[in-house]
Amino acid sequence: MARRRTRGAAALAAALGTAAAACSAPGSGAEAGSPADSVVIGVSSEPDTLSPLLGYGKDGNSKIFDGLLAHDAGLGLEPALAAALPEITDGGLTYTYTLRQGVEFSDGEPLTPADVVFTYRTVLDEKTNNTSRSELNAVEDVRAAGDDKVVFRLKYPYAPFAGRTVLPIVPEHAAGGQDPNTGSFNTEPVGTGPYVLSSWRKGEKLTFKANPRYWGAAPEVKTLTMAIVQDDDVRATRLRSGDLDGAVLPPALAATFEDDGSRKTYTATSYDSRTVTLPTANEVTGDRAIRRALDAAVDREAMVDKILDGAGRPAYGPIPVDDPWFGPGVRRERDLGKARTVLDDAGWKPGKDGIRARDGRRAAFTLLYPSGDKVRQDHALAYASDARKAGIDVTAESATWEVIEPRMKDDAVLAGFGSTGDPDYGLYTTLHSSLAGDGFNNMGRYDNPAVDKALDTGRRVQDPLARKAAYDTVQKELVEDPGYTFLTHIDHLYVLADRWEGLTTQTEPHEHGFASGPWWNVEDWQPKE
Amino acid sequence: MGRLVARRALFAVPALLLVTFGVFAVAAASPFDPVRAYGGTAVLGADQETLDRLRANLGAGEPFAARWWRWLTQAVTGELGDSGVMRQPVTEVIGERLVWSALLCAVAFGVAVLAGTAAGVLAARRPGSWTDRAVTSLAYTLEAAPVFWTALLAVWLFALQLDLLPAGGLTDTASEHVSPGQVLSHVVLPAGVLALSQLPWFTLYVRQGVGDALAEDPVRGARARGLSERTVLLGHALRSGLLPVLTLIGSRVPELITGALLVETVFSWPGIAAATVEAATSVDFPLLAALTTLATVAVLAGNLLADLLYGLTDPRVELNRL
Repeated sequence: MARRRTRGAAALAAALGTAAAACSAPGSGAEAGSPADSVVIGVSSEPDTLSPLLGYGKDGNSKIFDGLLAHDAGLGLEPALAAALPEITDGGLTYTYTLRQGVEFSDGEPLTPADVVFTYRTVLDEKTNNTSRSELNAVEDVRAAGDDKVVFRLKYPYAPFAGRTVLPIVPEHAAGGQDPNTGSFNTEPVGTGPYVLSSWRKGEKLTFKANPRYWGAAPEVKTLTMAIVQDDDVRATRLRSGDLDGAVLPPALAATFEDDGSRKTYTATSYDSRTVTLPTANEVTGDRAIRRALDAAVDREAMVDKILDGAGRPAYGPIPVDDPWFGPGVRRERDLGKARTVLDDAGWKPGKDGIRARDGRRAAFTLLYPSGDKVRQDHALAYASDARKAGIDVTAESATWEVIEPRMKDDAVLAGFGSTGDPDYGLYTTLHSSLAGDGFNNMGRYDNPAVDKALDTGRRVQDPLARKAAYDTVQKELVEDPGYTFLTHIDHLYVLADRWEGLTTQTEPHEHGFASGPWWNVEDWQPKE
Repeated sequence: MGRLVARRALFAVPALLLVTFGVFAVAAASPFDPVRAYGGTAVLGADQETLDRLRANLGAGEPFAARWWRWLTQAVTGELGDSGVMRQPVTEVIGERLVWSALLCAVAFGVAVLAGTAAGVLAARRPGSWTDRAVTSLAYTLEAAPVFWTALLAVWLFALQLDLLPAGGLTDTASEHVSPGQVLSHVVLPAGVLALSQLPWFTLYVRQGVGDALAEDPVRGARARGLSERTVLLGHALRSGLLPVLTLIGSRVPELITGALLVETVFSWPGIAAATVEAATSVDFPLLAALTTLATVAVLAGNLLADLLYGLTDPRVELNRL
């Protein structure tokens, strides 16, 4: 801290004292012919903290840290700080990891099982303000065994537990002995990962340097800069001027780089869905006929084409159409005729204004969407216009989350969610009745015993085939009783200078920007010859 | 003079108490939810247990008066607490950022005072002349232009169209160190815009003051004695004409602070103002209270400075009467 202050003071003195200094225009020296050993990326949001104890990097790809395991390009699990995948015993209650030998933190201290234990215990601690602590709910305790083993004991058999252990490991000697919520480790992290943080000017940028002590192959990209540029247009402009090498962009802006020979556009598919929650407590949205009619009436293809400029896929359920977990018989056509028939059969009859009613109750409800989110607004308006064709009156209304939260149990919300790594992660929290109205879990309070049972099976059995069958059941039940209208899975688009080859993208979760995009594995990039 | 300072310092105590209490009250009444702001997007998937735990840990459930009292008793001992949204101690947030805000304001203020004085004198030399009219109408136009609008216009013109100056930040994105040259080139636009927002006042006041002074007897006498126009202008008119400007300098602090707030946000300047906006929207009590205190002290000090300068330069004023 003191160091930074004196540097600031020196700069101040110099700036006030020197009358002339060379001015350099932005983008000078950043155009074609830039070295392949440094890359500058523009992202839209800044991490609040770089401490995994508060949730940073919990889904992997954190650059500064490694987890026990890591995800490969296809989201399969591979060993990272562990020497191999975990040994699962006790009918899925005990997970034993053996640590890789000779791993050092960037400060030269060796990695020990105590660091792993410290990391998990701190995350699970009541006093730690970690927002994703519930992802580790299955953990009973974690302890070190010998000098290279870590043993997790679970409260119940939890098949997808291994996927949670991509959580970055922090060194006890650096992060211990300070308040995890506000300690210096939040801004001066020490890890085992391919990069070390060299500077972080909050609100502006983070700079990473290759870690000379990294246990893996030395990265070709020696310097990585993440610039925080909130505004989409400004980000595109700075990319065009050469100030940035790459950026995450909305479809319309990414399209302007299509004919650019020196840059490539990368499309990452995602689990990130735009979905309407249909609250069970509301007499209209809780009615199965209304739900089925809405599901048949929406034109998902048109939403992908018109709202997302084709950068996305229709969503027929929580799991994307091209995912290995996607169930048979879930894909379905738009069918307005069917929507009307379902409503007729259930006694919802059209009134004078074309809106249906039953027992004096109009088929009308409010759909809330977070203000300022244009993509969600477009989805909400398209949804309302499709619903009207079936005789259902949907009023789209924008609101802040503070306003939406207390109304989630009665009003429909245009939500966005999606977690990668395992179907359990996203499905259990949005569909299981035990989590109905629990914070932001299961917002619409969906309650379907068959779904509950299949979800429980899916997380408890280890056998992949049995798990697949369970999640097929969940998806089938959702077709029968669609308590959510899944609309689209949106793609994330990235434009990047074409100086490296063989770049890939992973299937991405709802959160994106920092750990995703083609730079998810920047440590493996190879320069073009 | 010493008595004046002591009296003002005494007055500052209740003023600060009132202001900080007001900030706590307003923040508590605002629609923003501290837990949501703290967790960011991660909260939108959190369970109730997590939300409740965060609320308890952040102390967000307590009545604001109790929080204010606790903050006050700790602040008196120099313990400013921790900023939730920044995940670091408040003193650290301020230490990291204050220097950049000070640099921005100092440069802007210096430019505004010098340029404003020059323009004002130019206009005052011949009241009603073409120069006078041009300077005055330009000043009124600038006075009416909102700062953020001028800032965006400057970005569009100098950074995007002409590619002369960087559009934001403290240094180029790819550069790793804070070098004086980099900072200098990056401070030009934000400081220029901030100076521009302060310029009209100075110009008009100097014009008025110098204009009045030029019509006074001593100046007329000096001219009659055949002294050169330069001596008359600089030696006589400027000295008495600048008095009102001196009083103005201190009292411009509040405007400077609000101007800096907007300018820093537009130019992503890593100063204290950008942190203030974030602290306010996330109801980060400890940080907000510290920053408000800082701003209040700056305003009070500015006013004191104005009075002191006035008293020192104008023999007609008795400091003890202020």
